[in-house]
Amino acid sequence: MKSPARPYFNNAQKSYFPYLFSALFLAALIDSWRRVGVDLPLLFEKQGRDNILKFFGGMFPPEHSSQFLSLMARPALETIQISVVGTLIAIAIGFPLGILATRNFSVGGILNEADTSGSPLRYALRFSIYSAARGVLSLFRSIPEFVWAFMFVRAVGLGPFPGVLAIGIAYGGMLGKVYSEIFEAVNPRPLEALQSTGANKLQIFFYGWLPQVLPNFVSYTLYRWECAVRASAVLGLVGAGGLGQQIEISMRMFNFNEVLTILIILFIMVAAVDILSSKVRAVL
Amino acid sequence: MIDEPGEKNAAMPWPGHERRGGVTLANWLVTAGVLALFVWSYYGSDIRLGELFSREGSGQILTYIRKLFPPDLSPTALHEGFRGAVETFAISFLGTLLAFAIGLSVVFFASRNLMYSGLLYEMEPSDWWRRGLRMVPYCAAKAILNILRTIPEIVWALIFVFIVGLGPFPGTLALGFHTGGVLGKLFGEVLEDVDYQPIEALQSTGASRLQILFYGIAPQVLPQFISYTLYRWEVNIRVAAVLGFVGAGGLGQRIQIAISLFLEHQLLTLLIFIYILVTIVDYLSAYLRRKAI
Repeated sequence: MKSPARPYFNNAQKSYFPYLFSALFLAALIDSWRRVGVDLPLLFEKQGRDNILKFFGGMFPPEHSSQFLSLMARPALETIQISVVGTLIAIAIGFPLGILATRNFSVGGILNEADTSGSPLRYALRFSIYSAARGVLSLFRSIPEFVWAFMFVRAVGLGPFPGVLAIGIAYGGMLGKVYSEIFEAVNPRPLEALQSTGANKLQIFFYGWLPQVLPNFVSYTLYRWECAVRASAVLGLVGAGGLGQQIEISMRMFNFNEVLTILIILFIMVAAVDILSSKVRAVL
Repeated sequence: MIDEPGEKNAAMPWPGHERRGGVTLANWLVTAGVLALFVWSYYGSDIRLGELFSREGSGQILTYIRKLFPPDLSPTALHEGFRGAVETFAISFLGTLLAFAIGLSVVFFASRNLMYSGLLYEMEPSDWWRRGLRMVPYCAAKAILNILRTIPEIVWALIFVFIVGLGPFPGTLALGFHTGGVLGKLFGEVLEDVDYQPIEALQSTGASRLQILFYGIAPQVLPQFISYTLYRWEVNIRVAAVLGFVGAGGLGQRIQIAISLFLEHQLLTLLIFIYILVTIVDYLSAYLRRKAI
């Protein structure tokens, strides 16, 4: 993290990068500006001002009748439940795929040297498994969880279930990628030592590989769980359970004081989960 | 280190690992708690894994997947997908720039070592009211960042759609506001982690605080600021692709239309566009990050 101040002036070699980059940046900026239709006065015109006032004025005081609060308890808990089960499914997807997508586990490296040295066919087979795993992971994580949720709502119906599946699939892709990166950064010496004692692959995996990566795994998975709580809170907007559905309903009914209450609940929930997970990570 | 082989070493398979004491009651309690959380969540979230793997459930999903193929490659669909992708790119690009501007303008007020304590203020007489006065902008900036960050992008999008109407513009604002809060927090961590030696050196030459900020702090933190911003851009391109669900333009709007109208082939085309766009942005951002650091 800490690096001494960089001597910028020392960059003597000629490069076209800065010019090219600035030109592309400006072009992208101008094109995006026009395409998005940036219309700042809209915010300050009468209509915009009125809407802002209506929204922020309507938020106070937050709705705090016990009836509404008790109505919110169930979706709030549901949000937590969705995130927990979704993360579990994500681990179930990401862990095996992440192992297969690790280069030095499934294709090269000391584990496979002996197997693949004299047989290109075997190498090709392993390489194709490896590429397939990487491809599936990248597909899973490139499609946003919202789109997954929307598609699962079509496939299995409304409720928390499609939300769980969406988080499981999308986060499975992300976890798998990070798992494989952690795997690849592993120190090979214990593995070599194990191999030299004649341990088989499974033993090497359990005694050489897993102990090295487990703390990183757990802490990254917990971090993802925090993200999953936020995600599952808004997945309801497409009908996948949790608080999101309530936010949308209140927004559409212009009950902005209810929106504020839900946002406060969300804030408390997210903060609690953050604290819990950072406590656990500190122990690791 | 040569050890005799034996029981003791078998229990210590890798260096640096010391066996902690045996399993305590606390371990059991935590395990039981976590398991209870899993079970509670499993029943609460209405999971029907059995159904998912049953012939009917998996059949339903397979049918849906089969309906997606082949993708609609007609010129109109491709054109529409391409326009959506470019619009999504524009939203994420401008949104991230706005976020950078928000984060950068707020963060200097929200970092303790620039506002009221540490090396820069050592020489200052420690009047309580002066310190208190300096705390005010600090707390305000922190609160703003927290509020910006707590409200999810999609809720910001709902709010801005209400304020300025449908289209990509509210999406850009939504991205900028939420990500601005996130970047402000990340930038603040970088700032509080800054190396003090150049600052001390500058201070000893009699530089003013503003000069220290520009010549001692900014050169240290800017590369990391840029790298964090690029990282958030990767996140934002995915978010920009779904903000359309609440009417904020981009690919999301087209995806929602395609799903709602059962235009499965077109949906697949749009999904392919998302995949390509996300992959391009990932590579671009990784490349630029290597250049920045």
